[in-house]
Amino acid sequence: MSTDSLAGLTLPGDRNTRPFLEVKDLTVRFETDDGVVQAVSNSSFVVEKGKTLGIVGESGSGKSVTSLAVLGLHRTRSNAKVDGQIWLDDEELVTATDEQVRKLRGGKMAMIFQDPLSAMHPYFTVGAQIVEAYRVHHGASRKDARTRAIDMLARVGIPQPERRFSDYAHQFSGGMRQRAMIAMALVNNPKLLIADEPTTALDVTVQAQILDLIRDLQEEFGSAVIMITHDLGVVAELADDVLVMYGGKIIERGPATAVFQDPQHPYTWGLLGSMPRLDRDVRERLNPVKGSPPSLINLPSGCSFHPRCPYAGRNGERSFNEVPELRGGMHAVACHLPAESRREIFQQEVAPNL
Amino acid sequence: MTNVAQSENLLEVTGLQKHFPITKGLFKRQVGAVRAVDGIDLTVRQGETVGLVGESGCGKSTAGRLFTRILEPTDGKITFEGQDITHLSTAQMRPLRRDVQMIFQDPYSSLNPRHTVGSIIAAPLQIQNIPTPNGVKKAVQELLELVGLSPEHYNRYPHEFSGGQRQRIGIARALALRPKLIIADEPVSALDVSIQAQVVNLLDDLQREFDLTYIFIAHDLSVVRHISDRVAVMYLGKIVEIADRNELYKNPRHPYTVALMSAVPVPDPSRRDRAQRERVLLTGDVPSPINPPSGCRFRTRCWKAQEICATEEPPLVARLDDPESHQTACHFPVAKEEIVAGRSPSGAGA
Repeated sequence: MSTDSLAGLTLPGDRNTRPFLEVKDLTVRFETDDGVVQAVSNSSFVVEKGKTLGIVGESGSGKSVTSLAVLGLHRTRSNAKVDGQIWLDDEELVTATDEQVRKLRGGKMAMIFQDPLSAMHPYFTVGAQIVEAYRVHHGASRKDARTRAIDMLARVGIPQPERRFSDYAHQFSGGMRQRAMIAMALVNNPKLLIADEPTTALDVTVQAQILDLIRDLQEEFGSAVIMITHDLGVVAELADDVLVMYGGKIIERGPATAVFQDPQHPYTWGLLGSMPRLDRDVRERLNPVKGSPPSLINLPSGCSFHPRCPYAGRNGERSFNEVPELRGGMHAVACHLPAESRREIFQQEVAPNL
Repeated sequence: MTNVAQSENLLEVTGLQKHFPITKGLFKRQVGAVRAVDGIDLTVRQGETVGLVGESGCGKSTAGRLFTRILEPTDGKITFEGQDITHLSTAQMRPLRRDVQMIFQDPYSSLNPRHTVGSIIAAPLQIQNIPTPNGVKKAVQELLELVGLSPEHYNRYPHEFSGGQRQRIGIARALALRPKLIIADEPVSALDVSIQAQVVNLLDDLQREFDLTYIFIAHDLSVVRHISDRVAVMYLGKIVEIADRNELYKNPRHPYTVALMSAVPVPDPSRRDRAQRERVLLTGDVPSPINPPSGCRFRTRCWKAQEICATEEPPLVARLDDPESHQTACHFPVAKEEIVAGRSPSGAGA
């Protein structure tokens, strides 16, 4: 979008006015034989250092595509079109060169993937991969890099790190593998850490250990963390702020306490209502959201959620024709229903069943 | 969840074991065994839902396959409706397959991608020579409607459906023979949250309509709590605790059960700090089922372990002042005062 030649440079007056990570109007489209996939549409959000943003959504909501866009991982795909602005520490990433983004990736910003077995190279030892990550961003000697790697393995709680350094990914158990991936992501002290469903493949007791680890490391390094997940429990545990995504759009955004205690969007109500919870009495029936997530090639017109929304049509034809804007300041929601109606519906119909 | 009209035992399992041999060398000499299921006892009554909960490698999926006799036990006994089915041959098992069916975890690999949905669901009817007065197609379309799918999709292939829909196809297939017992092996784990809820409700409705008995295998404690009448917790091939649903979640006795429940993240940010302080964190990983620890298998990760735990395996019996139906395999079961307030459910009962 911006062809400003100053993009990528930090101007003197800009420091400290912009949040650490600011995403503005991010749109990601993939051109395929079946049509244009509107993976992400007009998403805007910020993350400050030391804070955690939780991105919640189901399959096809656009949450992973968003994080890959921040890391510049769509650049290699010839059919991907990324528009908008991504400002990381006052540096704009969408218009930056491949070389500039490559310097940042793994260094200033790093990612933890869902399945460490497929994210790590099977031919190289785990230690070698961490060493490589370190040496690429620092001109360190092999010896120094090895020491650093073993330090990181110890730091993430892997016992006998000197021995495990020479093991391959498949020789680790699931939880240990994920820890090794975290070590690899953190070896360069990234200021932004993106964790994409880091515990989905893990058992619940191991998940608790990994989430605690991420929390501790965030405190120690002061990094900004984006946690992508479909598990509302995980979001509640870790996130300061929450984005709820649906059909490639942010439909609700706000502090975690606000979104959980005073949810505004009917989809958020549906998500909260469809989960059985250990901290509530057992209900007769769960309240699922009817229907299935939309196709990103053929998004419904107007509000993408309207085919599944029990309240669509209460505003005349707007739900079917007009895309709702994300409005509301600190706790924003993209919904045509007026705030008072939403409050009433929530208090009378939704809250008693949650 | 259901009214148990007749409490006859549909399935009885005693001392069930499945060891997978580990072989070495040209002549496949057995050098060890993976003790996947290492001695479990379980009775399942007609009409109830028994939840079988545990983490990876605990043996719950293997147990499910043993109950359906997809696998043959290496020791122990399985009785279905009074008949000993432990070592029946494939041919002898075939008529019994009408009564015991399975729903699989992965909606993507459990349906043959080269068969239409219609033929997938019709297959059990054809194999068992079930008479269909209105024709096989009609019978299959009725089943599709039953699980909330459109009968017009009869000629479609699995890849044309979403994960949730494929799971429904698997359920329709399991129902085709009107079985008495359905073993559901993680039927909703691979699905999105909102779709999970739809499928769970469907399983509920079908149970009521067809008087089904379920064994529900899962690792998600919240889903298991919602759907089960009784819950058994497995660890490294053994059942470590079993109780009525409400009883288990209110008074977990086994340290592993307590740790498991405290590890589940609760979707309530206001409880975050309290939850962190009260969490029971298990250290390390699950030991290998090839070489389980002596005595109590959980002792290597248990904060209450003492000497006796290494020498004597605790039997599965009622402990402290629990009812007979609540059994725990532990020498030092967790007493109520030890469980910190924030982690157990509201206690108002269900």
